[in-house]
Amino acid sequence: MGQLIFETVLNGVQFGVFLFLISAGLTLVFGIMNMVNLAHGSLFMMGAYIGSYVFQQTGSFALAVVIAIPFSLLLGILLEFLALRTLYARDHLDQVLATFGFILFFNQLVLRVFGATSQEFRLPDAINFPMPLFGFTYPSYRLIVIVVGLAVGAGLYLVIAKTRMGMLIRAGASNRAMVGALGVNIRMLFTLIFGIGAALAGLAGVMIGPIESVESGMGENKLILAFVVIVIGGIGSIRGAFIASIIVGLVEVIGRVFMKDILRTFLPEEFAQTAGPALASMSIYILMAAVLYFRPQGLFPARTG
Amino acid sequence: MLRIVLMAGTALAAGLPAAMAQEFKIGFITTLSGPGAGPGTEMQKGFQIGLKHEGWSKDGDKLAGVVTKVIFGDDQQKTDAGVREAEKLLDQEKVHVLAGIVWSNVALAVYPKVIAKGLPYVITNAGASQFAGEMCHPLLTSTSWNNDQIPEALGQRMNQDKIESIFMLAPNYQAGKDMIAGVKRTLKGPKIVGEDYFKLGETDHQASISKARASGAKAVFVFAPGGMGVAFFKNWAAAGAGKDMKLYTAFTVDWSTLPAIGDAAVGTYHTMYWNVDIDNAANKAFVKDFAAANGRNPSHYAAQAYDGARIIAAGLKATGGKFDDGPALAKAIRKAKFESVRGPFAYNVNGMPIQNIYLREVVKGADGKAAIVTRGAIFQNYKDAYWEKCPADKRL
Repeated sequence: MGQLIFETVLNGVQFGVFLFLISAGLTLVFGIMNMVNLAHGSLFMMGAYIGSYVFQQTGSFALAVVIAIPFSLLLGILLEFLALRTLYARDHLDQVLATFGFILFFNQLVLRVFGATSQEFRLPDAINFPMPLFGFTYPSYRLIVIVVGLAVGAGLYLVIAKTRMGMLIRAGASNRAMVGALGVNIRMLFTLIFGIGAALAGLAGVMIGPIESVESGMGENKLILAFVVIVIGGIGSIRGAFIASIIVGLVEVIGRVFMKDILRTFLPEEFAQTAGPALASMSIYILMAAVLYFRPQGLFPARTG
Repeated sequence: MLRIVLMAGTALAAGLPAAMAQEFKIGFITTLSGPGAGPGTEMQKGFQIGLKHEGWSKDGDKLAGVVTKVIFGDDQQKTDAGVREAEKLLDQEKVHVLAGIVWSNVALAVYPKVIAKGLPYVITNAGASQFAGEMCHPLLTSTSWNNDQIPEALGQRMNQDKIESIFMLAPNYQAGKDMIAGVKRTLKGPKIVGEDYFKLGETDHQASISKARASGAKAVFVFAPGGMGVAFFKNWAAAGAGKDMKLYTAFTVDWSTLPAIGDAAVGTYHTMYWNVDIDNAANKAFVKDFAAANGRNPSHYAAQAYDGARIIAAGLKATGGKFDDGPALAKAIRKAKFESVRGPFAYNVNGMPIQNIYLREVVKGADGKAAIVTRGAIFQNYKDAYWEKCPADKRL
């Protein structure tokens, strides 16, 4: 039992770190540009598809990562430059409709180009093997995901806390109009932030693609979780996104594994059997509702103005 | 006579050639977009090859001597979209046969529409148990299976393998529960130490695998179709779970997902009514043409849709090319003689196939790639568990 608890916590942290990679970009875009970008999940998917394509052509996972990240960055910048830029001044409903259109576009695009079946994308055995860890075995690659996620988190923290660009990002998150009024090229800053967000989504895609299924529409479920994360963490806050990701990851995975057993202690077996999985999948939304009730700004609100 | 004159008159008045009125129309509903597009497009491909082998490759060609048009509809894996497509095909296009449908929930929602029109309903995948039991109908004919048939055979195999204990995993929806119930129906020896339902569409199974391993089970059963299954096998292999537990699956690996799964599924067992190595002329022709067009072997989705196309053609032949009388055409389809790709094949009174269920193993093929081989039949000429619930006046 103790082992299962430890393993489950590790699974939860790993899932949380992965969620952070997706939510970091989303929270920057939403927080700083006040832009609801549903196509963020599509950028995640495109990262996975490009990675799998490179893998199929070359057989190299390393090359897949190296190519997918700049590709996602460029795709993000292109998307911002050609289409999303015109939406900043519009209200959220217009942004939702337009970026939902992009979801459909990208889903259909990969269906046309790559077909409907799940894409071939695998890890080299050297980094993906059952690793002995404190008396049980754990997939080594998941530990790598944790390390990469933590490194990205630390890197973003340094950039935002210590650099001039980070200062502008923080300023943009708290008062957009004022930053523009002070003569900062806000358009350029937006494009850059969008590109970084897209690159992080692409990184998440190429990291997670080989351990799940690369297929059309794979980004939508992740996008919903990412929105939950940024709402809990406080929109625009990287620190909030990181902590909320870990909380959501833990709640989701622990709920999945133990909810039924918890319910069983005080409810009839039959009821626990069906209510357990249902309640487990609701748990993060209940958490979000609770956070919104007590702290409508999220745990670490970035915007003050 | 009067009717023919009127029909001809209407056609001429509308400026159409009279021949158009004689056109036989097939509506085929499947999933062509969204996450369910994998099995959906696979069915479409199989259906098209079946029609091609009957001499039809484009609208205006003849099927069983009758000029035929085929219209594909996309249900997007959604019940409401499926019903909308069905209404369009039935009311606007006025099709004479409705075929296809991947998902049980969509097939159940479309059912009353087709029955009310009195048209043949040829299902090429969805295996809801209601269709085999209380909702069976002379108009409804399935070229696939009843959901439970496949896992029942797997339960039988687990008994033979003398597995001590088993942990069962399935998505939390109707078919997931049907699959586990199917295994349980035949399972006698092995003790069930745990049952876990994950959410439909889940693509990270590490948590479930941790739980199964902690339960101390000697074997795991999983039902995870499509992308869920691709992820499951990858997670299973990465966790090294195969060392401690034997893996049995149903509808979790097939020839269309195998390239993405690769070696992760090698050494696992599942059950199926068909495989590419089943030896008969129809299967050889089907597999050859599918592989030539797609560069890989067909999955069962394509196989049963192929049979669907051929049985419709056989029914049409049997009526001498007449298709105005829906119930008569449906009966002709049900009673038609045709060579199924699965070999021995007959219909039970409820419109469900009586067929062999085979054990299949995923092995490393001669070319170094993963392959699925048949390991003999677990059940011969196997009927589903619900047919006796089919009302006497609905049997055919």
